[in-house]
Amino acid sequence: MIDTRVKIAGVEWKNPVTTASGTFGSGAEFAEFVDLNQIGAVTTKGVANIPWAGNPTPRVAEVYGGMMNAVGLQNPGIDLFCKRDIPFLRQYDTKIIVNVCGKSTEDYCEVVERLANEDVDMLEINISCPNVKEGGIAFGQNPKAAEAITREVKKYAKQPIIMKLSPNVTDITEMARAVEAGGADAVSLINTLTGMKIDIHRRAFALANKTGGVSGPAIHPIAVRMVYQVANAISLPIIGMGGIASADDAIEMILAGASAVSVGTANFYNPGVTMEIAEGIRRYMETYGFEKVEDMVGLVK
Amino acid sequence: MANREKELAKVISQEQLSEGIFSIWLETKASKEAKPGQFISMYTNDGSKLLPRPISICEIDKEQGRLRMVYRVTGEHTGTKQFSELKSGDAIPIIGPLGNGFPLEKAVGKNAFLMGGGIGVPPILELAKQLNCEQKQVIVGYRDAQTFLREEFEKQAKVYVATEDGSVGTKGNVMDAIREEELKADIIYACGPTPMLRAIKTYAEENGIECYISLEERMACGIGACLACVCKSKEKDHHSNVNNKRICKDGPVFLSTEVEL
Repeated sequence: MIDTRVKIAGVEWKNPVTTASGTFGSGAEFAEFVDLNQIGAVTTKGVANIPWAGNPTPRVAEVYGGMMNAVGLQNPGIDLFCKRDIPFLRQYDTKIIVNVCGKSTEDYCEVVERLANEDVDMLEINISCPNVKEGGIAFGQNPKAAEAITREVKKYAKQPIIMKLSPNVTDITEMARAVEAGGADAVSLINTLTGMKIDIHRRAFALANKTGGVSGPAIHPIAVRMVYQVANAISLPIIGMGGIASADDAIEMILAGASAVSVGTANFYNPGVTMEIAEGIRRYMETYGFEKVEDMVGLVK
Repeated sequence: MANREKELAKVISQEQLSEGIFSIWLETKASKEAKPGQFISMYTNDGSKLLPRPISICEIDKEQGRLRMVYRVTGEHTGTKQFSELKSGDAIPIIGPLGNGFPLEKAVGKNAFLMGGGIGVPPILELAKQLNCEQKQVIVGYRDAQTFLREEFEKQAKVYVATEDGSVGTKGNVMDAIREEELKADIIYACGPTPMLRAIKTYAEENGIECYISLEERMACGIGACLACVCKSKEKDHHSNVNNKRICKDGPVFLSTEVEL
């Protein structure tokens, strides 16, 4: 009997597949393409205490085997999010993970406190967005700051806290240990890798922000390596992400040490991909005789 | 309800209209619901080029279940170059129709300008075919004498041409053509490069003319989720809760007074 359920920091998902923050809106746009009941959890686009307008356009560019973005965390603010997006997602039998962004410790804590009494299952704290100058990455590249903000948000949080880690660091295990020490319940990795693209015909940057976060299949091997390293460094559950575009990619991530996976960029060019991946994982388990997802986690040492 | 999906459209035919401009007919379910001014996301079969190319719909043949897309090849090694190499019988992944399209009902009983510039000309053709109005004036602008689709427009309406090099029609842009021909309208539909749309928007607002413009921007998803293709809106948008609208979902056609260019 195959059991695709996973338990992440005490929260049970029906399967180990969620969506990477920022690639799935709050689910509404994708509901035409995806039966949200068929995925373990929906991770929402980052939400801040107040609405953010984001960066100037162009905000995206294509790169070989992937893309680059500098959307800049445009979001409608926590008030509209709670009023509109949470009730929408609650219609479906899936877990809700709210991605939280901010520019200061107070910003993060305000959103986390506001969400404490909302009907959501987990919070993911984005301390790794490379596209916003203040906040975000400032917390995600310094272990002391990462530990401190984890400790602060934990004071206000009623739901389990997932700290989202940046790959734009010398040693990601140092960051993972820091958030573990700060009291995180889980980690997710990797956020995008900072990149740059130049349009040689216009002799200008492809993105208005000059730099952007690289994502997509091109970064998958880097993500697998980092998940493997973090799995060997800490004991928290890991949500693995970075270029997952197929069930094969997801299984690779699980074998490297992830307890669950997030699908990001692939949603943009294959909107139904999350369902395909959930089904593909089940078939893989069937083929190789795995009864539980956890039996596969970190199996390759 | 999940009732939409990426589909494989079948290439019926392809021809080159002028330098760098190609016309492809696709057999697709997207033709059923398609309206003038909407677009489809076209995907390459090349794993190194993942994002959709949003291409506006040039003609809709509901009877035969086909859409005609007229597009510009933007260079060597590009996705559009790969599209131009597709042959009859080939398959191409697409999602569509997407976006809102032109509001046809606003033109009833009115004197309309249908304005297209460069690769913004193609969506004006289906609009010209479907628009029901008192007087229909098509004003199209090109770089030079390669005035693609011009003869097809002439079957639908009175056509005025502007060319940058002056080889055909008015020398200059579509605004120069309006002035030279002393044309008048009480509703405008337009698609083209941003400087052209900016000039039309200004003209329309100075003269109190209702004006609908079709915008474009780099997109990643085409369905309103990624927030890449935003434009500035005059008022706070109800969805974004900031002064941004999504071109793919809230547009690509906007009332000119709603947006800032």
